[in-house]
Amino acid sequence: MALLQISEPGMSTAPHQHRLAVGIDLGTTNSLVATVRNGIGVVINDENGRPLLPSVVHYTCPNCEPLVGYPAQAMQSADPHNTIVSVKRFMGRGLKDLPDAAGMPYQFVDAPGMVQLRTVAGVKSPVEVSAEILKVLKSRAERALGGELMGAVITVPAYFDDAQRAATKDAARIAGLNVLRLLNEPTAAAIAYGLDNSAEGIYAVYDLGGGTFDVSILRLQRGVFEVLATNGDSALGGDDFDHRIYCWILEQTELSALLPQDVRQLLTKAREAKEFLTDHPEARITAVLSSGETVDVILMGGIFSEITRSLVSKTVSPTRKALRDAGLDVADVKGVVMVGGATRMPQVQRAVAEFFGQEPLNNLDPDKVVALGAAMQANVLAGNRGDDDWLLLDVIPLSLGMETVGSLVEKIIPRNSTIPVARAQEFTTFKDGQTAMSIHVVQGERELVSDCRSLARFELRGIPPMVAGAARIRVTYQVDADGLLSVSAREQSSGVEAAVTVKPSYGLGDEEIARMLKDSYLHAKDDMHARALHEQLVEAERLLDATGVALGENGEALLSPAERASIDEKMRALRQVLGATDHHAIKKAIEALNQATMDFAARRMDQGVRQALAGHKLEELQT
Amino acid sequence: MKYDFTQNHFALFGLEPAFRIDTAALDQAYRDIQGQVHPDRFADASEAERRMSMQWSTHANEAYQTLKKPASRARYLLQLHGVDALEESNTAMPAEFLMSQMEWREAIGDAKAARDGAALQRLERELKLDVGMLLELLAGQLDDARDDAAAALSVRKLKFMEKLIMEVQDASEALET
Repeated sequence: MALLQISEPGMSTAPHQHRLAVGIDLGTTNSLVATVRNGIGVVINDENGRPLLPSVVHYTCPNCEPLVGYPAQAMQSADPHNTIVSVKRFMGRGLKDLPDAAGMPYQFVDAPGMVQLRTVAGVKSPVEVSAEILKVLKSRAERALGGELMGAVITVPAYFDDAQRAATKDAARIAGLNVLRLLNEPTAAAIAYGLDNSAEGIYAVYDLGGGTFDVSILRLQRGVFEVLATNGDSALGGDDFDHRIYCWILEQTELSALLPQDVRQLLTKAREAKEFLTDHPEARITAVLSSGETVDVILMGGIFSEITRSLVSKTVSPTRKALRDAGLDVADVKGVVMVGGATRMPQVQRAVAEFFGQEPLNNLDPDKVVALGAAMQANVLAGNRGDDDWLLLDVIPLSLGMETVGSLVEKIIPRNSTIPVARAQEFTTFKDGQTAMSIHVVQGERELVSDCRSLARFELRGIPPMVAGAARIRVTYQVDADGLLSVSAREQSSGVEAAVTVKPSYGLGDEEIARMLKDSYLHAKDDMHARALHEQLVEAERLLDATGVALGENGEALLSPAERASIDEKMRALRQVLGATDHHAIKKAIEALNQATMDFAARRMDQGVRQALAGHKLEELQT
Repeated sequence: MKYDFTQNHFALFGLEPAFRIDTAALDQAYRDIQGQVHPDRFADASEAERRMSMQWSTHANEAYQTLKKPASRARYLLQLHGVDALEESNTAMPAEFLMSQMEWREAIGDAKAARDGAALQRLERELKLDVGMLLELLAGQLDDARDDAAAALSVRKLKFMEKLIMEVQDASEALET
């Protein structure tokens, strides 16, 4: 564990100290980690100089560390049950959400909320599997950068719903990463592209990854990246193209009833053929199956294009919808940025060029651009602000609603609302003397509850008995800057309240996370207590730092001597407990300081706004 | 002195309360404010500041969205005048307007039945033209004549027209897929 340097009062902070922050692209097929060095985004390679980490985890035995990346990938044909590929497709998903589950070589366990996988190392949640990938990237980055990470920006498909986002954040927590922000993949790509090219105007980002498709429409203008609309399909990607080739091989060879390892082998061959066809007119596919049968076929580019036509056209309708939601036409789009390895396929390039009436932009490596954009954002969020500063305004991809009478959905926050966003709606009781109301939170665009994703159910209890229609229950939805929802309900006349961070039905409960954290220590050097202590120390240092900077900036102007003294006192108290090994004491002192700075924070914010507006008026006068 | 979140949205962006606004000034003021309060500016700040930032940024988004769209801006202005344009008791519409609604609906229904994409697009254009005229009218009612009752009726009409446009767009979308 790294030792923390806690500065003395008065000489408190070194504000320009560079903080180690990374961007992580947790992909379906491959994952990457990138950082900003001397103002330039760079992907961090592994010891062998390879930038990509295949998103594959192989569980070897009950009580040993799993293999991750290339060594795991090498095991996928030999031991497909215990080698988890494309785990991203299972994040926040139940078994019924996986129509092709039967064709996969895994032993699924249909747990409430999220599907789990039975492996030689026990039953694993997709969250734990993803955490293994994140852990490897974290240690790769820490080794390369020579220190502990202050935080990470982790990218998610823009079209990920709340359950998938929550699962991703949980995975990071288990991997011991401080998540600075969940960032939408196309938005990350837009940052990298926009900053590199000083782009201004309306841009579309077409992001076809291994397992997900996103399209976002952005306006880039004077340092502001504003997402106008996003759409996509969170179960469409390069994997599906592999699968089409695999089916084609079976048709050609009239093979059937393959063993799991043969399926895996042929899927791998299919992927290789797909990649080969990017620069060649045809690809030869050969394989020897476990039965001794051989496969030897030639796939022509034209045939490949033919058998995947419907997949490509499945990306067109979301693109059209995104444009429509943005209130724009194809002609308004200045450039189309291509992201994701699957956009290398010539038929995809052709389809995009045809739809937009212009050649798409391929000048950034489609595999790396998301991680680079995430690294740039992480650098800014960590407080390493250089001269160039930008603002990102993103949206939620899917509408959020609540179940009402007749299993219908009442939309509360519409899709493509800029986040953070909050909306409240009032409901009432429909029976005399009703003392409880059940609240069912859903996400999606359809009218029927059964056609939307169920995010959470909770109950507001203790409503005083009244005649039907007299109670006034205000339900508030708040979506934060990560795109994560929390819901609260309050009966207005009595003040009875209930709140929920949307977790129960698809995310993991706190106990489950705690269990996974514990499991992840079984093999690790440090234990739970050391980790908790370390986390609190980091948090304490961060808070002392931030408070010190804030006091230096406008403590004099905005605080009375008594208020200042109270904050100083709480800071002293926090510094005093830092030497102790009791993380509870540190946590309490942190909370006390947070409490003491609440009003100060509010005043600082108001002052910032006033200054922004004053500056604005000045500009107007000058022009 | 703390900011009062019930202060009117126009004041937040340094604008005079009116239907005709300088949208470029609104955009710029919104961006300037978000530049100060957005959670990305406070990712490494104390919990108190992070919470405040989310509250502020949420408020700025809400205020901006309300003022950006003409229909919601008009409704909001009326609200400031103490008039709820979409109040339940206020739903009576002139017979003539309801007739034209029925005609629109019929035309949309016909185009849908005939799966006529060109007709749907023509209808969308015509509807948008009508909305444009209605907005002109509304501007006069709110800013010049100060006739809240007439403006409230226009806001309700607008609501009907926007529903029709949505219907046409959904129909076009259904044809495409």
